[in-house]
Amino acid sequence: MATQLTPILTKFWDHPQSWTLATYEDNEGYQALKQALTMEPADLVQMAKDSGLRGRGGAGFPTGMKWGFLPPDDGGPRYLVVNADESEPGTCKDIPLMMAAPHFLIEGVAITSFAIGCNHAFIYVRGEVVHVYRRLLRAVEEAYAAGYLGKDIQGTGYDLDVTVHAGAGAYICGEETALLDSLEGRRGQPRLKPPFPAVAGLYARPTVVNNVESIASIPPILLHGSDWFADMGTEKSQGFGIFSLSGHVKYPGQYEAPLGITLRELIDMAGGMRDPSKKLKFWTPGGSSTPIFTDRHLDVPLDFESVAAEGSMLGTRALQIFDETVSVVRAVSRWIDFYKHESCGKCTPCREGTWWLAQVLERLEHGKGTPEDIDKLVDICDNILGRSFCALGDGATSPVTSAVKYFREEFEVGCHTPWWEAFPPEASTLFNQRSVKVNA
Amino acid sequence: MTVTSDKSSGEAPEVEMVALTIDGLEVSVPKDTLVIRAAEQLGIQIPRFCDHPGLDPVGACRQCLVEVAMPDREGNVKPMPKPQASCTMTVAPGMEVKTQLTSAVADKAQQGVMELLLVNHPLDCPVCDKGGECPLQNQAMSNGRASSRFEDVKRTYPKPINISSQVLLDRERCILCARCTRFSDQVAGDPFIALVERGALQQVGIYEEQPFESYFSGNTVQICPVGALTGAAYRFRSRPFDLVSTASVCEHCASGCSLRVDHRRGKVMRRMALATPEVNEEWNCDKGRWAFTYPMLDDRFELPMVRRDGELVPVSWQEALAVAADGLRATRSAVLVGGRVGREDAYAYGKLARLALGTNDVDFRARPHSAEEERYLAEHVVGSTPETGGVTYADLDTATTVVLVGFEPEEESPIVFLRLRKAYRKAATKVFSIAPLETRGLDKLGGTLLPSAPGTETEVLQALAGDGTSEHMGSDAFAAARTALRDPGAIVLVGERLATVPGALAAAADLARSASGRVAWVPRRAGERGALDAGTLPSLLPGGRLVADQADRSEIAELWQAETELPTTPGRDTAAILESASIGEIGGLVVGGVDVDDIGHADGHEALRRAFVVSLDLRESTVTPFADVVLPVAPHDESEGSFLDWEGRPRPYRAALDTTAMADHRVLSMLADELGVFLGTRSLREVRAEMDALAPRAPQGGRTDDAGDPPSPVSVPSPGPGEMVLATWRTLLDRGTMQDGEPFLAGTAKAPRAVMSPVSAETLSIVPGDLVTVSGGGVRVTVPVHIQPMVDHVVWLPTNSESCDLRALAGQAGAVVTVTKGGAA
Repeated sequence: MATQLTPILTKFWDHPQSWTLATYEDNEGYQALKQALTMEPADLVQMAKDSGLRGRGGAGFPTGMKWGFLPPDDGGPRYLVVNADESEPGTCKDIPLMMAAPHFLIEGVAITSFAIGCNHAFIYVRGEVVHVYRRLLRAVEEAYAAGYLGKDIQGTGYDLDVTVHAGAGAYICGEETALLDSLEGRRGQPRLKPPFPAVAGLYARPTVVNNVESIASIPPILLHGSDWFADMGTEKSQGFGIFSLSGHVKYPGQYEAPLGITLRELIDMAGGMRDPSKKLKFWTPGGSSTPIFTDRHLDVPLDFESVAAEGSMLGTRALQIFDETVSVVRAVSRWIDFYKHESCGKCTPCREGTWWLAQVLERLEHGKGTPEDIDKLVDICDNILGRSFCALGDGATSPVTSAVKYFREEFEVGCHTPWWEAFPPEASTLFNQRSVKVNA
Repeated sequence: MTVTSDKSSGEAPEVEMVALTIDGLEVSVPKDTLVIRAAEQLGIQIPRFCDHPGLDPVGACRQCLVEVAMPDREGNVKPMPKPQASCTMTVAPGMEVKTQLTSAVADKAQQGVMELLLVNHPLDCPVCDKGGECPLQNQAMSNGRASSRFEDVKRTYPKPINISSQVLLDRERCILCARCTRFSDQVAGDPFIALVERGALQQVGIYEEQPFESYFSGNTVQICPVGALTGAAYRFRSRPFDLVSTASVCEHCASGCSLRVDHRRGKVMRRMALATPEVNEEWNCDKGRWAFTYPMLDDRFELPMVRRDGELVPVSWQEALAVAADGLRATRSAVLVGGRVGREDAYAYGKLARLALGTNDVDFRARPHSAEEERYLAEHVVGSTPETGGVTYADLDTATTVVLVGFEPEEESPIVFLRLRKAYRKAATKVFSIAPLETRGLDKLGGTLLPSAPGTETEVLQALAGDGTSEHMGSDAFAAARTALRDPGAIVLVGERLATVPGALAAAADLARSASGRVAWVPRRAGERGALDAGTLPSLLPGGRLVADQADRSEIAELWQAETELPTTPGRDTAAILESASIGEIGGLVVGGVDVDDIGHADGHEALRRAFVVSLDLRESTVTPFADVVLPVAPHDESEGSFLDWEGRPRPYRAALDTTAMADHRVLSMLADELGVFLGTRSLREVRAEMDALAPRAPQGGRTDDAGDPPSPVSVPSPGPGEMVLATWRTLLDRGTMQDGEPFLAGTAKAPRAVMSPVSAETLSIVPGDLVTVSGGGVRVTVPVHIQPMVDHVVWLPTNSESCDLRALAGQAGAVVTVTKGGAA
């Protein structure tokens, strides 16, 4: 039986004014909040735990459990911070969600804040996406005007302020503690843990940091019950998620489906490969920081456990599809350029390792590699992975080690043949399906 | 020391110990110890760069990775999946740590990090100042790969750039450990450098508009684990392996920092802070680090001189001593010794006065002083040491409340400042300062200002101690101080400037008593505490023995094997000596290491002009033009001796350089010989044997309280139109003669400025940036104005900065000066 799509967060994205409060209210909007405000906060936390919702930001930590880590109320402030700094190459779920239906997030923020006893929540948005920033600001404004935020929400006496903050364009600020530093006005660099944010986060107060999609999933869960949510997906990876297909498929985009769907099913839904005559070569299951898969993995269920069992990570379900016209060395080289540029510089392995990897990869890309380079790449990665301060360095090694694992021969080609000879770029173009040799 | 004897530090609380194994060896360390420190206990050195015991852990360099296994809930020891940074991880019971010595994983991780650190590090060790003493070089050898596999392009920068006039930054060499930035931010409180940019382009940056203005910047050079930060004064001067190091103590203030003097072929090349946990920890100030060139200047005295036909001419020692003895023998003489000499030298000056000159006219206070101060020192300070319950640095670490009065720690005792900052950061110590304005130094201590115009300190102290009938009761700051003082154990730190405020020292002692706390006197000069205990005051003999006490006098006379009785009446203090000399009542002066202008006494020059002056000095000074005989003495780096720091802790130093120059005590012994008296101060051993023969005597507290005058009624100065009350103290870096010859250091001195309140400025129609002219008592200076909240109708200026010499006015608490807008016409 083929898996069906489950449009929940993406249900009304095709509405001409999907982002307005009115549209949202036509689609069960803010009913969950009204219900939540009549409940005990502890029951809301329990509901999140029961639903089995795991963090949608990549790591998959159980959301309800994270809320439960907050120490008992000491009378001081506690914060909810939404990580909307979506910057991973390939990942594009939060930005479309906030663009198309921002009120899911805002309602989720209100419910979560109420559940954890927070009166001031922050949404930290990636700074480059000004259009999303503006849309969020407008949505927050609407929510205040409608009495879903602000003082005495819906006459319950509960107060909540929401601040939307735009980052300044650093990938590292998606790391939760770097995000908190950045939000506090410092340079975004990861903090030493412990203390964990649950104990001393924003302004050294207990803080929950959640991904956009996790929080946006809360209103539907509350409305339809944790069982409804838990019935979707697999035993340990419950619920639905947005799968973002990009690259060489016919219809790239966001496909909301239960966890456990396979890439084969998703490619079918997306109309097949962009050029049906080209084979799938490799793909990322969850963004560039997750080890790549190949066509051997088409039937791996896309849930946390199955993907991990095959040596990668579900990550952010960012499925970048590359067909056989693409040089894996070149793709990896671009990703490493990204990590080199985005390494925050705090720790040695990530800072210096990405600097070095980028140069070795560039040589291999241009056919100027040496036979030692391939093992050197793998060994540099071994010296970065698990030695860095935060996960950025670990993530940077994933594409390299997995690409060498599956395509070592292609790196060997890099010792003598430049990429443009091994993988003529015109082969990837849509306008010229047949390979044409250009005399250089 | 005076008031309560029971200290909380008597019984240390039980420390919880944690047992773990490192490389299979068992060790038990206090809870919360870092793994890297626990390994040190076993003698296992884990390589590290960012880690520094004086700074908060950061875990940035990743050099100290080790394998760690921890027991789970059932007690099964499970290895952690990744190697852990031992500089950030604290110990846990049953933890099993494997360092590079027993773990292949840890060893590979360390070698990998080292190789990565060297990726962007230039191979310029052959021209690098750090080469030979470089942690990166050394640890690359001990924990790195034999050769690098990196054959690509290194990151380059223009090198070096100045981050201040004395600190240079070579960004290529920087390994981004953040020691310097953390030091500046955490320890010094001067976050003027910070890491900027990201990835491999991350670098230490400065503010474009704010200079790296910190009195402690030299420490960043010392703790830099590579040659990225270098001092302008030492850059390219020497090789570490050519240097000979001598442990010493700083001569610049009463903080008592341990120093390492590095010298080569008879010349001091640099000075470094030496770790002394109970005093300066691992830090020192820039003055202590870099102000060592003054004895190397051209005007150093090499030979004795006598004045003939108005000119000083070099003569033999024999002749100079004979002329000096003849001159002194012919008249009644007194001794002035500045606060710069060691206590053995001070002892010799005192002994010379009593034994050879037959007078108690001897005083070490070459600065504004008072009779009240002398009494206070005799009652509360002399004999106070860590052993007799005196306030110590460690007490500052844990104090609940510290009250500063007449004392600006950052300027006047920088290591006291660092300790107070540490106390504020780590122990939430509350600091209150009785002063006319809130300084940046007080701000860095999280301190609260108790506003007080110069001269009104007594009133504030009394109000704090009493039931609070004063007008000061109204303010929040005052109420906070009163509340804080209710917790027992407050410490009151008084500065030497308080001497001139009538009743203030006694009021400070009363406050400490009423708060069940203690009081400590923090002088500015390195030699003052030692000179006090060596008996160079008109009323004090060595060891706190009193001139006025027959038994004390006899004890000293016996010790000195004096043939005649010691003079029985207390002598004149510095001011009285100068006054008497200026009218001819005193005909001879033995002057050692005194800048007469520092005394700020109107009769100073006249006294020297009129008297027969024997000057013991290093270099040309303000006394030299009046000297009849000049006897050269050895500078600090060429002499052996000891200081007492403000705590009363002996701080012995050795001569770093071989020299033919003689120490003061030796010269004085020869002078006494010539006077026909055996002084017994020929060698340090002789002096020390004598000093040690005196049983220590703890301060007697207010034993003469009833004999003393009640605190004089305070007369608050009332400035007229166009007048203000002058508040002034010295900045750490100023025109002091012991900072001569070091232009890089002088380049970071604070520019003089006149600070006043908005109300004061408005009365004179002054706006920020204006020049003002301050005049009074024959002094006239023009400086830019700085406007900030402070006590109205008070103007603050530095005492002795470039083109701002107010030493003639500094002696009066609350001198009234005329302030006019604009430059001097």
